[in-house]
Amino acid sequence: MATAEPVRAPAWVRVGLVPLVNLLLAFIVTGLVVLAVGENPFEVLRLLVRGAFGYPEAIGYTLYYTTNFIFTGLAVAVAIHAGLFNIGGEGQAYIGGLGVGLVCLYLDFLPFIVVLPLAIIAAALFGAAWAFIPALLQAKRGSHIVITTIMFNFIAAALMVFLLGKVLIKPGQMSPESRQFADHLFLPKIHEVLEPVGISIGRSPLNLSFIWALVCCVLVYLFIWRTRWGYEFRTVGQNERAAVYGGISPSRVTIWAMVISGALAGFMGINEIMGVNHRLLLNFTAGYGFVGIAVALMGRNHPVGIVLAALLFGALTQGVAEVPFDIPAIDREMQQVIQGLIILFAGALEYMVRPHVERAYVALFRPRRQPVAAE
Amino acid sequence: MSYFEIILMLDATLRLATPLIFAALAGLYAERSGVFDIGLEGKMLGSAFAAAAVAAVVYPHLGGAGWLSPWVGLLAGILVSVALSMLHGFACITHRGNQIVSGVAINILAGGLAIALGRAWFARGGQTDQLGNEQRFTAITWPGAETIGDIPVIGPIYAELISGHNLLVYLAILAVPLTAFVVYRTRFGLRLRAVGENPAAVDTAGISVPWMRYKALIVTGVLCGISGSYLSIAHGASFVPNMSAGKGFIALAALIFGKWRPFPAFFACLLFGFLEALEQRMQGATIGGLAVPVQLFQAMPYIFTVILLAGFIGRAVAPRAGGIPYVKER
Repeated sequence: MATAEPVRAPAWVRVGLVPLVNLLLAFIVTGLVVLAVGENPFEVLRLLVRGAFGYPEAIGYTLYYTTNFIFTGLAVAVAIHAGLFNIGGEGQAYIGGLGVGLVCLYLDFLPFIVVLPLAIIAAALFGAAWAFIPALLQAKRGSHIVITTIMFNFIAAALMVFLLGKVLIKPGQMSPESRQFADHLFLPKIHEVLEPVGISIGRSPLNLSFIWALVCCVLVYLFIWRTRWGYEFRTVGQNERAAVYGGISPSRVTIWAMVISGALAGFMGINEIMGVNHRLLLNFTAGYGFVGIAVALMGRNHPVGIVLAALLFGALTQGVAEVPFDIPAIDREMQQVIQGLIILFAGALEYMVRPHVERAYVALFRPRRQPVAAE
Repeated sequence: MSYFEIILMLDATLRLATPLIFAALAGLYAERSGVFDIGLEGKMLGSAFAAAAVAAVVYPHLGGAGWLSPWVGLLAGILVSVALSMLHGFACITHRGNQIVSGVAINILAGGLAIALGRAWFARGGQTDQLGNEQRFTAITWPGAETIGDIPVIGPIYAELISGHNLLVYLAILAVPLTAFVVYRTRFGLRLRAVGENPAAVDTAGISVPWMRYKALIVTGVLCGISGSYLSIAHGASFVPNMSAGKGFIALAALIFGKWRPFPAFFACLLFGFLEALEQRMQGATIGGLAVPVQLFQAMPYIFTVILLAGFIGRAVAPRAGGIPYVKER
């Protein structure tokens, strides 16, 4: 592959157009898979869009999934800014949810207004702790963070099966779940909050953690681009050696970046455990942690991009869930296919499309100014 | 635990370690060539589905040659796995993409495709049709297993442990010395290791780094394909959604635990296989009135690997060029 002379294309081509082309490619390949199971891709797309945005409840569900993706996407992005690949969002979210659950189960004598901040702190602490060990091992012992975070996902899964099966299980019950939390600890749903104000939207699991997700976006933006620590993160991420000469300790950055990343992933537990399920249960993370990688990639590690990408994945999750009602041959796993393809095209194959799109743009729109340069 | 029970445990260990051995060796070729491969799991799942689906579909058409169907299934499994492996190569070698991201994509994609296609084609909730004995690799009883089995001490070892496995189990054990030979005693192996440690030097010698890595990934694909096929058409008798259940990652852990070397990785696979056998046996068992936390056995391979990677027991050093796309200087 010739990577010819540096092509100058405006930033929006790289930030906006290239991801869209990648998305389109992912959709085209998914369309082929739909054809392979003998269905009409356009009909599936129509149902998908209707399922995601077609009626008020659907929009609520879409935003509820979006909440999860914002948290896990931010988690991946913060680590990437420090040059770290945190593939352990799944485990950190799982353990973060455990923290939320423990607070709600054992501190339910306290009023909601006290429990909520405690639950948020617990989510952050538990998620951060699960990221802290791999971070510490990378910073002090040189073990590869990708491998350790993968291992920690599985250790988290085993731990949760043990805790829910043996320790936290509601007595006299077969399925490994805790008892339901006290009623007053349910995180209010958005439709419940808006009703007294006279605004009526459809019932959905969308809850106040969505607001917290947006707040986290702002905080992450301020942190990464407007503070000294954020600057240190980005310096280490771009050039570790330069950072050392600048007096920045990469091992400290590694640990803090992972701790913040883990805390953000842990917040997913607020949405799932306190907002929707109201009890501790198995596998509530459902792969959201891994999709966070795709969200961060699509969103180019910027909070605004992450919100948009999270919305996209939220819509996909909700939309695909609705398709089987009309076309039984298409099931939820089709969503996994799309997610995998988006990660493939937007992430692993990012250098495949980009030069072509940029060159095409330059070829189409730049030559007009060229004659001026000629003598 | 009686002597015979111990033999049965070891027997189970061997059966459970087989997919790990294939997958760990598969990962060995990729990673020794400088390409990280966390997509072993996805490739196993994809090939498990392809093998079971093809073995089921092709059987009625083969007529009298029905015994061929496991072989056709195995071939299909290998093809799918090699295709996924080539996709990994296309992204990471040709387009210098991030190897971890590519691996994640392959895992998610293959897992989703296997279930989505399976549900649409077989209409059994993602499972493929149940395979009959002629459609699978079945146990091979060695000559004289019946008679020798009666001899005390040695008999059970021959009859249970050595005899009575399917072909792929023996193949897995043969693959270990073969891999060791290829990696340490052949020209291909020398170049493979060199390209994973110092690709620039290999390039200077006039050998194509990308082609070397592609060749390594083809081998990875083949071995991973056998590993996945083993799950669905040898060990099991159909494809079940998520049947690999993290085995690809346990194999990766075994590879690291074995410090990227064939024989140590093989022993790590046996150890992890033994832990799984132990876990199955301990299900519901109690020690001193307390239930044994079987999840501890599940987590053990990962905990061991984390401890090893942290340098607390020996040192595991990854191939130096691993994870870095090779850019030829110009």
